Amino acid sequence: MGEETKTKILREVRKDFLQELLEKGKRFDERELNEWRPVEVQKGAIPNAEGSALAEIGGTKVLAAVKFDIMTPFPDRPEEGVFMTGAEFVPFASPEFEAGPPREDAIEFARVVDRGIRSAEVIDVSKFFIEEGKVLGLFVDLWVLDHSGNLMDTGALAACAALLDTKVPKIEDGELIREESSGGLDMKYKPLATSFIKVGNKFLMDPSKDEEYAADMNFTIGTVEGKVSSIQKSGNAGLSRDDVLSLTDIAFEKSDELRKYL
Amino acid sequence: MEKPELIKDGKRLDGRTPKDLRPVKIEAGVLKEAQGSALVEWGGNKVLAGVYGPRECIPKHGADPYKAKLKIRYTMAPFCSKGEHSRSGPNRRSIEISKVIREAFEPVVLSSQFPRSQIEVYIEVVQAEGGTRVASLTAAAVALADAGIPMSDMVSAIAVGKINGQLVVDLGKDEDNYGESDVPMAVTHRDKQIVLMQMDGLLTREELAQNIDEAIEASEKVYELQADALKKSYEKEERGKLKL
Repeated sequence: MGEETKTKILREVRKDFLQELLEKGKRFDERELNEWRPVEVQKGAIPNAEGSALAEIGGTKVLAAVKFDIMTPFPDRPEEGVFMTGAEFVPFASPEFEAGPPREDAIEFARVVDRGIRSAEVIDVSKFFIEEGKVLGLFVDLWVLDHSGNLMDTGALAACAALLDTKVPKIEDGELIREESSGGLDMKYKPLATSFIKVGNKFLMDPSKDEEYAADMNFTIGTVEGKVSSIQKSGNAGLSRDDVLSLTDIAFEKSDELRKYL
Repeated sequence: MEKPELIKDGKRLDGRTPKDLRPVKIEAGVLKEAQGSALVEWGGNKVLAGVYGPRECIPKHGADPYKAKLKIRYTMAPFCSKGEHSRSGPNRRSIEISKVIREAFEPVVLSSQFPRSQIEVYIEVVQAEGGTRVASLTAAAVALADAGIPMSDMVSAIAVGKINGQLVVDLGKDEDNYGESDVPMAVTHRDKQIVLMQMDGLLTREELAQNIDEAIEASEKVYELQADALKKSYEKEERGKLKL
């Protein structure tokens, strides 16, 4: 039997089983519908980077690292620095990952985490202007090391923790002095994400990998303190207006729980 | 560029004697999803390796009817060095390193037991400080054993180089940059076969002989740490805990 057929069959079996459990209000790992798995954040995991953190939610591990470089600004924003987020699904992180160019999932993952930070203007890139034609570029790399479900929230947590850990290098005569720091990043908010899956007509938070197999859709809500900063619906089912609003209420409450780990 | 004095009164820049390795820490079973895994922290290097297999060979037409195909990918993360942010993904250097690491394992992995399948080893350097290929090979060997892949012998790697005219074990970053030679080697534990060997620099025949002897001797120290990490992994209460 091919791997793909096997995955499809597994998906159906898990879905039936999870739906039965959900009818009784239960999950595979006996969690509440809206409950985080164990969370851990290790800041400063990569001393060579200007900021870093390894975030873990229920076995899912994302390493985020921040690097600065001097670069040319975008022509339409000559006085602003550059903020970029990249992601790599390291092939050992899941038996389903393969080596090669980023798949659409990896691109979506990086872009959703990026939007959560960018849209709230968490980082003031106008402060990254050095001189005409020269600005500071900030790179956030998200390295997925272990994928046991809910990459989005783990990635957003890792990125936020790495930004909080970041020391901005000193700039002298238009050059970066990496050994010296001019202080931390000014961060307006602590952006995080809370994701839900829909199985049948039920929603549950922080899905494990087995639960994601059974999901009809995935809904990620990025929040900063008191405001929504990004949303991503992915997967093949839909949801109602009231669903969106009630999930938003849960996301506010649950992301605050996560902020305590930062 | 002026060459710094790398060795003075028998002590190296970081206080090591010529035969000392940097501090090396090895842990097996640090990843949850991967079938086998290892973290090697070697001086300032941090290397993760993860293994899957033997499983179906993809693409199928690439399968070998007589043995498992060994696939090894070594990559450096764009944030791993102290300098600038680099491009991600394989490059000419990493493709060559992946090849020589694969060929170091071919003689020991009992691949004929698993025809038509593949064994995948992924190595990710998340922090680099000189000597990433020997740290990577060492991590890959532990991850392969942790995954239960049958091997006829353990493989341990070490680099020996020449600084200020003297042979020293396990070059650090500055020693590598300003040294006169660098010989990374991988050696099997039981029959002392050299399964990886590269060299750059200039050495006399006598120096080369001494270099090989020093490397074989030092590879024993690496072997002890690898064996110890594997033994400890059986005592673990929970796999998949990673401390970077």
